[in-house]
Amino acid sequence: MRRSSGPPPPRVHVLTTQDLAPLATGEVKKVATRQAYGEALLELGSQHQDIVVLDADLSGSTKTGMFAKAHPDRFINCGVAEANMAGTAAGLACTGRKAFMSSFAMFAAGKAWEQLRQSVCVPDLDVKVCASHAGLTVGEDGKSHQMLEDITLMRVLPNMKVLVPADAVEAREAVRVAYETPGPVYVRLSRASTPVVFGEEYRLELGKGALLREGSDVCIAACGVEVAEALGAAEQLAAAGIEARVINLASIDPIDEDLIVDSAQRCGAILTAEEHQIRGGLGDAVAQVVVRRCPVPMDLAGMDGEFGQTGTASQLLAHYGLDAASLAARAEALIQRKGN
Amino acid sequence: MALTRDRVDALRATAREVREDIVRMVHAAACGHPGGPLGMADFMTTLFLEHLDLTPENRHAEDRDRFVLGNGHTCAGYYALLAQKGLLDREQLLTFRKMGSPLQGHPHRNLELGIDFSTGSLGNGLSVAAGMALGAKMSGWSSRIYCASSDGESQEGQIWEAATSAAHWGLSNLTVIVDFNDIQIDGRMRDVMDVRDLRAKYAAFGWHAVEIDGHDVVAIDHALCEAKAETERPSAIVARTTIGKGVSFMEDQSSWHGVAPNDEQLAQALEDLAAAAS
Repeated sequence: MRRSSGPPPPRVHVLTTQDLAPLATGEVKKVATRQAYGEALLELGSQHQDIVVLDADLSGSTKTGMFAKAHPDRFINCGVAEANMAGTAAGLACTGRKAFMSSFAMFAAGKAWEQLRQSVCVPDLDVKVCASHAGLTVGEDGKSHQMLEDITLMRVLPNMKVLVPADAVEAREAVRVAYETPGPVYVRLSRASTPVVFGEEYRLELGKGALLREGSDVCIAACGVEVAEALGAAEQLAAAGIEARVINLASIDPIDEDLIVDSAQRCGAILTAEEHQIRGGLGDAVAQVVVRRCPVPMDLAGMDGEFGQTGTASQLLAHYGLDAASLAARAEALIQRKGN
Repeated sequence: MALTRDRVDALRATAREVREDIVRMVHAAACGHPGGPLGMADFMTTLFLEHLDLTPENRHAEDRDRFVLGNGHTCAGYYALLAQKGLLDREQLLTFRKMGSPLQGHPHRNLELGIDFSTGSLGNGLSVAAGMALGAKMSGWSSRIYCASSDGESQEGQIWEAATSAAHWGLSNLTVIVDFNDIQIDGRMRDVMDVRDLRAKYAAFGWHAVEIDGHDVVAIDHALCEAKAETERPSAIVARTTIGKGVSFMEDQSSWHGVAPNDEQLAQALEDLAAAAS
């Protein structure tokens, strides 16, 4: 059999203008992804009796309280004991249930990591870890509460799927995908209200990224709250005559390799952006695809081996080079490294 | 109902077979943990043969009883009892710890073989068992959830998180049997880190808690019957045992926590167990 001259063109998930309605109209509202989680859980939990929800004394903050009020018989408050919560969720999953467990990301992914490995991922059970207050944007609570290592800790676990929704619409979708996907899923949620990027028609697919803005000079690949900053950076770059492609990689594991390869081929350089450590995070996940399949210059915006500090969300993003202006400057510098 | 004399003799005979299997398995694997399961053999045999509703026919039923081996390293005895219950072939026991065997060095969930959960890292089992018990209650099942634990494992903080929650949720369908042999890897438990009176601790956490001779099958059966009769609280049975029980040179020796017998030691062990039978 003759082989074709090259690999088939990658399939790219292109959004319709309807998907990005808020951007098109310029009417951007702000909603926290944890709020969308709480609402989605209430809706999904009312449809599906096999959903149980566990929390560790933070149901007001994680927004599981809405489900708790409507379905007290399927809500389990574990008190301040996250390791036990993860094990209990695993046991409940063994009785034919889909167990959603929530706490702050610091505690859900940090304190319960060993239990998630041994009792959830090893037996590959239907436990959905929906962790709020992730990243720098938890703000004034400071470094003890700014979880900047959870993507790394979760994506390294076999069987664990990792989703980092960019806005309220995608967060709602992430809850649906978590419910429909067999086995463990981690959903990373934020405390702060962030711009709604997607229209109501948008559908998230496991393992698929989304092309938000077309351009060929450089690609900015982002997740979570950094998606809105990346879109802002693209606007600023456009004013300087630079066309940046912006892609959203909410599904970090599995990741959309085809979209990354397509972006590398089209733009010749990729900047990643995440409010997380770059070691093991989104940038690392993208770099693993790039070095294997499509080597191009890259830069990784994120926390580079340091903890955060107290401040407002916007102050912190600017300080650590994660606001739109910083990303734009970094993208411009990256373009200088492209081969001719 | 109290055990009949014949039933007591039958349980003792089975416990002896389980002990023979344990030393053969660990010898064949040339590694593993013989001491713990030898000490647990009497209460595990009584639990599995007299109480645990798990059969080849109901292994995939959701509302059957379940068992979680919190101290997963003692799984040689667990596998031997699954063979006694017809869930796996006795010949298969000698694949223990061998590449490709479902009888992993620490248990891995395999419902076909009746292995209800993956364990091995101490402290995790009781939380999972509590989750199963909670799920069973929510479903209205009459199934009982059993968990084995140990004095050494009770040094893990997660055990006490689970103990707190199981009492708070009124999990009367949950029973933990704590193997108390005063031995752990580094020596005497009371020297390494004394967990003190576990019966009193579980009672203080709101459990129905008793302490028994873990080699007395009548006392074990009685304690398990009492646990079944309990309607509001989870039950803890602290079973006083001797590590290595039945094998003269292993008894009460921390050095036999995780070492395999050689050919001569296997022969001696089987001789000791046979002598106890006569």
